[in-house]
Amino acid sequence: MNPSDVGNPDYFHKVVDCQWACPAHTNVPEYIRLIAQGRYTDAYMLNRQSNVFPAILGRTCDRPCEPACRRGRLPSPTDNGAIEKPVAICRLKRVAADHRGDISALLPKAPAKKNGKRVACIGAGPASLTVANDLMPHGYSVTIFEKYDKPGGLMRTNIPSFRLPEQVLADETDAILNMGVEIRYNSPVESLRSVLDEGYDAVFVGSGAPRGKDLELPGRRDTDRIHIGIDWLGSLAFGHTDSIGENVLIIGVGNTAMDCCRSSRRLGGKSVKVMARRPRAFFKASPWELEDAEEEGIDIVINHAPKRFVIEDGKLTGMEFDRLEWDAEAKKSTIIDTVILPCDDVILAIGQDNAFPWVERDLGIEFDKWGMPAVDEKTFQSTRPGVFFGGDAAWGPKNIIWAVEHGHQAAISIDHHCQGIPVTERPARGMNLISQKMGISEWSYHNDYNPAHRQKMKHVDLVQRFEDLHVEVELGFTAEQTAREVQRCLNCDMETAFVAAKCIECDACIDICPLSCLTIAADGPEELVRANLSAPAINPEQELFASKPLPQTGRLMLKDEDLCVHCGLCAERCPTAAWDMQKFELLISYAGTPAPTTSCAAA
Amino acid sequence: MPSIVKPLVSHPSLSRNELGLTIRDYEGSMSTLCAGCGHDSITAAITRALWELSTPPHMLAKLSGIGCSSKTPTYFVGGAHGFNSAHGRMPAIATGANAANRELTYLGVSGDGDSLSIGIGHLCHAMRRNLNMLYVIENNGVYGLTKGQFSASSDVGSKSKKGEANKMSPIDPVQLALSLGATFVARSFSGDKQQLVPILKAGLSHRGFAIVDVISPCVTFNDHEGSTKSYKYTRGKHLVATESDFVPPSGEIVAEIGQVGQTNVTMHDGSVLRFTRVPENYDVSDRQAALKYLREHQGEVVTGVLFVDESVPEMHEMNNTPQAPLGSLPFEKLCPGSGELAKLMEDFR
Repeated sequence: MNPSDVGNPDYFHKVVDCQWACPAHTNVPEYIRLIAQGRYTDAYMLNRQSNVFPAILGRTCDRPCEPACRRGRLPSPTDNGAIEKPVAICRLKRVAADHRGDISALLPKAPAKKNGKRVACIGAGPASLTVANDLMPHGYSVTIFEKYDKPGGLMRTNIPSFRLPEQVLADETDAILNMGVEIRYNSPVESLRSVLDEGYDAVFVGSGAPRGKDLELPGRRDTDRIHIGIDWLGSLAFGHTDSIGENVLIIGVGNTAMDCCRSSRRLGGKSVKVMARRPRAFFKASPWELEDAEEEGIDIVINHAPKRFVIEDGKLTGMEFDRLEWDAEAKKSTIIDTVILPCDDVILAIGQDNAFPWVERDLGIEFDKWGMPAVDEKTFQSTRPGVFFGGDAAWGPKNIIWAVEHGHQAAISIDHHCQGIPVTERPARGMNLISQKMGISEWSYHNDYNPAHRQKMKHVDLVQRFEDLHVEVELGFTAEQTAREVQRCLNCDMETAFVAAKCIECDACIDICPLSCLTIAADGPEELVRANLSAPAINPEQELFASKPLPQTGRLMLKDEDLCVHCGLCAERCPTAAWDMQKFELLISYAGTPAPTTSCAAA
Repeated sequence: MPSIVKPLVSHPSLSRNELGLTIRDYEGSMSTLCAGCGHDSITAAITRALWELSTPPHMLAKLSGIGCSSKTPTYFVGGAHGFNSAHGRMPAIATGANAANRELTYLGVSGDGDSLSIGIGHLCHAMRRNLNMLYVIENNGVYGLTKGQFSASSDVGSKSKKGEANKMSPIDPVQLALSLGATFVARSFSGDKQQLVPILKAGLSHRGFAIVDVISPCVTFNDHEGSTKSYKYTRGKHLVATESDFVPPSGEIVAEIGQVGQTNVTMHDGSVLRFTRVPENYDVSDRQAALKYLREHQGEVVTGVLFVDESVPEMHEMNNTPQAPLGSLPFEKLCPGSGELAKLMEDFR
């Protein structure tokens, strides 16, 4: 086997599963430690560096970090070996936001002297706001065109206020806009040409995926009680809608459907059903959103395919469905029979599309046959230099955290474009690796494993939450819950760094490792080496660390990174400090900041 | 002293032995020995051997005397019986315990100081009685607990940490055991669990006194250049004389016919010690051959099961003592009263 290349920041970054999985690579373990120390403001600001909207994301993030969390692969020692739930990373992010102090002095500021470059952003959603956040401190003049009279984009129009209170949204959008961003409200862009004609140095299109899909079935055009999900949520957000019938059917079972059904319950819907074509295992909605909906008495009906809208005397009275039976993979279905379910309103939440009718096709911006722009995956530049796309506008609906990362990357490109640096030149990532040894058997971090279970978020009781559309359902963690949850984090960024030249092959690390991660074995092809580990490497996604040959026997030190709990006992029991616990810090460069240099102690 | 107790969380695919226990169930308290101590590695090997043999923890008696080595029984099989005796007296306590209850598995852990200096007399007599136990000597050639003086097993010329050479000739526990009639004699190295674990299992299955001398480097006082008990020196001079597998009673014994050096020794409990390699003209049941081989390879660390004899009765068999533990016998039988004593006395008149 080749020795692992631990000098490449990717090696240790990959060990920090949450950070690796996060599109914006938020330094999760570090902010959880800051919360543990009561340093909420610092935890918030660390979050803000990478994800810009900690309070918003602490409530609404799609949480790609949580399924990746190492804790979620470990058997619980107190629960008969049942696999543990991941650390409540997202909830803790909200804790940092809820308890942060006055951050106004810590926020980035725009310099008095501008650099003379003007950038236009289309749409005031998370992608455009991130571009403004990254560029304003470097003297750029940013102008945002927004169709509504308030900022936030889909964060405002698509996420109901019972999940994301308006003040929380406003605080974080203001933090950016108050740097002096010129925002033109009520200014839907009808022609990109006219924007380009204003002579901007760069244009960023962050207009989202604002067009909800329709369902052309018999009866669709014969009533006004069929709503497009995201439009309906938008009209709710702006107060244009305040009621709905008692019987509501939601078509589709993604996260928008969850917001629609829960909003319907608050507007007077008594019997609200979410209609799914496929079985539960194939739902798009996040499991926690499904749980929250069911807690509010929503029926989730599986295996029903919409057939037609039933209109009687010009009035919507129900909807007809084929009842389906699926094969194991839910690929093929057969129709059992049809049923008619009564309803007063139908909300369609079956996906959304991008739409660029306002982009002239002769501007040098290429579109594919589905009407999607050709966007470079690294630079976010379209085929017209100086015009960039990001967020849902680039490749269709994703989520807020992806939009933020797109914004960061596009801002780098815009900066390069304006400063005459090729946009293809991307700043390399760096890392710091710093020993955490404080003394013999003493580490700078809390290295013990805490068997506590994941804390459950407390909700406002059902009666109270239906009284007002704006009552936030989730109460946030209590101090006690926070104290317990932070201890569940395994500190995966406290990396096991190994120096082969120091090893005397005493086996102490192998004997002490609680998860049987370590092996000393003869070199050979990786498959052979993998087959002879102390415990089977059950997760091929995870790296197998291989050292350089050991001095005394030429064998290799091997470590399966999969289940390491970063307890540091290998390093404590190492007589020669061949093992050390070193804090890994990923260094990411944002627009206008120089590429970081790597400093690490491990050879 | 480690900052934390080894977390209870363990690998989800740990296998279970015949009792349904994982190897984690055979662990003890956290070791307070120096980081990198060979003894900890032997502890891990003992843990593995007992787990693989499916020894019920409550049927194990761990005994030791004084010294770094003698601390180690605390670090394995927390659920076993244990006795930490006076310095060098472990074999005597083991003899007493074994006399009273022959049903337990007896495992003594000692060091070169405990066994070859203060306790050498007791060790000799335990061998003479063929006491049914496994006696592990964690041999580091140094008095670690008193900061690095030469021990009785230090080789001539081996240097102390300060650079002084030892002048007195060593006592080799293996040669001592061979000459005193021990019935299972082996040597191994803490840094080679592949060899050590099967040897420990065979020693535990042996009927009678099994002595295993394990070279166990002292990282703090005897792991430097010039030491003959360091990791580096031992690895350099390590001569694997015999290779053997331990096949448990239920295991399949694959017949290998006609291969040179293939010998099967059937142990008392039906398990088999299968030698896959022994030197030419070497017979593992020939005491003299073993001694001759050791003399011929002076200056090397000769390891492996060097001698085994399953035919010698152990202490209880020699003394014709009852099968049942004394504690389980009815009082009248254990202490038949003054009438019986008078009768016995009459016999001697």
